[in-house]
Amino acid sequence: MSGDKLIQLAHGGGGWLTRELIESEIVARFGNGPLRGLPDGATLPSPRGQLVFTTDSFVVQPLEFPGGNIGHLAVHGTVNDIAVCGGVPLWLSLALIIEEGLPFAVLARVLDSVRSAADACGVTVATGDTKVVARGQGDGLYVNTAGIGQALPEFALSRERIREGDCVLVNGPLADHGLAVLAARQNIGFVNGPQSDTAPIHRLVLSVRDLGASVRFMRDPTRGGAAAVLNEIVGGAGFGILMRERDLPLNPATRAVSEMLGIDPLHVASEGRVILICAAGAAPEILRRWHAMPEGAGAACLGVVTRDNTGRVVLETLAGGRRLVDVPRGELLPRIC
Amino acid sequence: MKLAEIRADGKGLAELDGCRHVVDLSLVNGVSPGAYLIVHAGYAIETLDQESADATLSLFEEMAKEVASETRSANAEP
Amino acid sequence: MKYIDGFRNPEAAAQFVRQIVAQGRALDEQGRRVHVMEVCGSHTMAIGRYGIRSLLPGNVELISGPGCPVCVTAPGYIDAALALAGRGAIVATFGDMVRVPGSDSDLTACRSQGGDVRVCYSPGAALELARRQPDRDVVFLAIGFETTIAPMACLVEEAQRQGVKNFSLLTAFKRVPPALRALLSDPEIRIDAFLCPAHVSAIIGTLAYDPIAADGRVPCVIAGFEPLDILYGVHGILAQVLNRQAKVENLYARVVRPEGNPKAQAMIARFLEPVDAAWRGLGVIPASGLALRSEYAMFDAAKKFGIAVCPGRQQAGCRCGEVIKGKIRPSACALFAKVCTPENPVGPCMVSAEGTCAAYFKYGLPDKTQGEKK
Repeated sequence: MSGDKLIQLAHGGGGWLTRELIESEIVARFGNGPLRGLPDGATLPSPRGQLVFTTDSFVVQPLEFPGGNIGHLAVHGTVNDIAVCGGVPLWLSLALIIEEGLPFAVLARVLDSVRSAADACGVTVATGDTKVVARGQGDGLYVNTAGIGQALPEFALSRERIREGDCVLVNGPLADHGLAVLAARQNIGFVNGPQSDTAPIHRLVLSVRDLGASVRFMRDPTRGGAAAVLNEIVGGAGFGILMRERDLPLNPATRAVSEMLGIDPLHVASEGRVILICAAGAAPEILRRWHAMPEGAGAACLGVVTRDNTGRVVLETLAGGRRLVDVPRGELLPRIC
Repeated sequence: MKLAEIRADGKGLAELDGCRHVVDLSLVNGVSPGAYLIVHAGYAIETLDQESADATLSLFEEMAKEVASETRSANAEP
Repeated sequence: MKYIDGFRNPEAAAQFVRQIVAQGRALDEQGRRVHVMEVCGSHTMAIGRYGIRSLLPGNVELISGPGCPVCVTAPGYIDAALALAGRGAIVATFGDMVRVPGSDSDLTACRSQGGDVRVCYSPGAALELARRQPDRDVVFLAIGFETTIAPMACLVEEAQRQGVKNFSLLTAFKRVPPALRALLSDPEIRIDAFLCPAHVSAIIGTLAYDPIAADGRVPCVIAGFEPLDILYGVHGILAQVLNRQAKVENLYARVVRPEGNPKAQAMIARFLEPVDAAWRGLGVIPASGLALRSEYAMFDAAKKFGIAVCPGRQQAGCRCGEVIKGKIRPSACALFAKVCTPENPVGPCMVSAEGTCAAYFKYGLPDKTQGEKK
């Protein structure tokens, strides 16, 4: 397909052009495995034990941003949701809603990214769907992925298991994805600007399965950032969380853009991070293992679970004072993931 | 933010740790690349007096050292 | 980040706090309390963000005054903006304005009913919008103190230079020094010292505060808004108070000059002239506002479209006026955090980016000595 060819409405009509589109873009990349022969649904072997099942839709603007594109997010987002539920990701569905006029070249790059991300994660795109909507009705491209994974029996993740003294760990610097997208939108040019952190974290979870008894809870800090996730965790609970501002892991470019835009990085999405709450005794070993893996190079302890300030997330600031880390309120950042 | 360059149209490119943003220079005089700017709503409203800034930073660094030495002597006491 | 991180050094902060606590004890021995008022939205937010109040001794109270230009603007301003949207103009504004309540409605409701309200990240973007859509009128909601007024004057000059005919400002510009005088003469508030604004001072200079320190007999200390700057400022104020002094002291000399920024002042004087202005909470203060001069009436949305900006009506139970002048803390308002929240604000203080209630809501913890929040 040539570089300046555009998606037409007819590509979604179900006729000749649809077949051509599916052959050239979908089958060419994903045609081995359950998608061979393009059945209406994938018939898959049933894993032992319990399943983890999740879905996510992706509406990021712009479609391509420093460090990745909507295709990467679509794979990593769903893989990570399975992983933080204590599952091994196995299969994905891939649904595309394409706006008439999207260049084929963009679609090709996105789908190449879906393919390479899926391969790198060891997951298979097993089924999917493609629709085209008229110009003005779709904003380029929307993607949905649903994922099935096998639940790992070593994990029993529950907020109720969280105790005073537990450690709050994260596998790397916060907020890179959201600030990379915002910088791209606001024409903040850069020499070494923020790059999206989009990445799979399931191997980090697998690496600590034998410590499952010490792992209380996990979440990935996407929309609303670490502040949203941590407030969800403490909301209505009998404990609080205390963080120290000087210990927050942030990349320099991300800090710079957050300063320039006046945005709190704790409110900004990451797409390759997991927040894991564990018994204090297990924290050093978990960090040691994560540091040995590329996805965990910048892993750090974000904070600690406390008995006071129940139901609240508190930050000890650089000045030594204490202040609340609230759920992000007001006009939030749209179309980040 | 540091003024990285002045464009042909007279606007400046200000930089913070590698991230650059366009800044209007109408309110400041005679700035050249390397100067530090105070920016508000996309306009440079003043230049940073680096000598004064360095002096204040030295003062703060001295204070930080006082804490460190006080902590050491506190820890040293039986 | 050069010239930023050094002003956030935790060890230096700890040392300042130690010294401030000692100053508090000395004041205690004299049986004295100190009420310091800050009048700068950036200070309000920085104090919240860094938890500064939690570090101060109980007899040193840091009060937030009228530092938020959106908050000191009457609800009638929003009514005027809504009227302009109703006439088909594109109303361009900063994001936090979209939820500020007018007498009956706000810009968010207007937008969901089809009003063309656009959020801009910079005033230049609003002018650019006007250039790209010459068949539509673009009105930018231009609210601010001197720091913002100077760039707005530049924007008008640029619009004029480029011959842009469809761009205008709905202005609500105010000057800080007259407000400081009004605060000092208000019997309902006790002010022992001013922590003077960082960037307003960069524009107007330190000399602007000489008459206030002299007549009001209060220390006026200019400080930046990094955490060390704020602690440095409080420390300087307490030192003056202990020595029974009332001087203007510039602790932000790296940015603020005695004469301020003459180029910025000249721009302001060229395009704008002093007018009487109504401040929410403080009433009408003579010559405390700035309006576009008559020769620039084509850039003044109120004159261009014949819209009168009336005072409008505050919502029932709203106590923003008292919060703005530092008479009460947000938690003293019965609506605070219960009825009035960032999603459902009753007044501007809860929803403006520099509002006192917004800062307390976002950052405040229950505090034994200062009885804040939730």
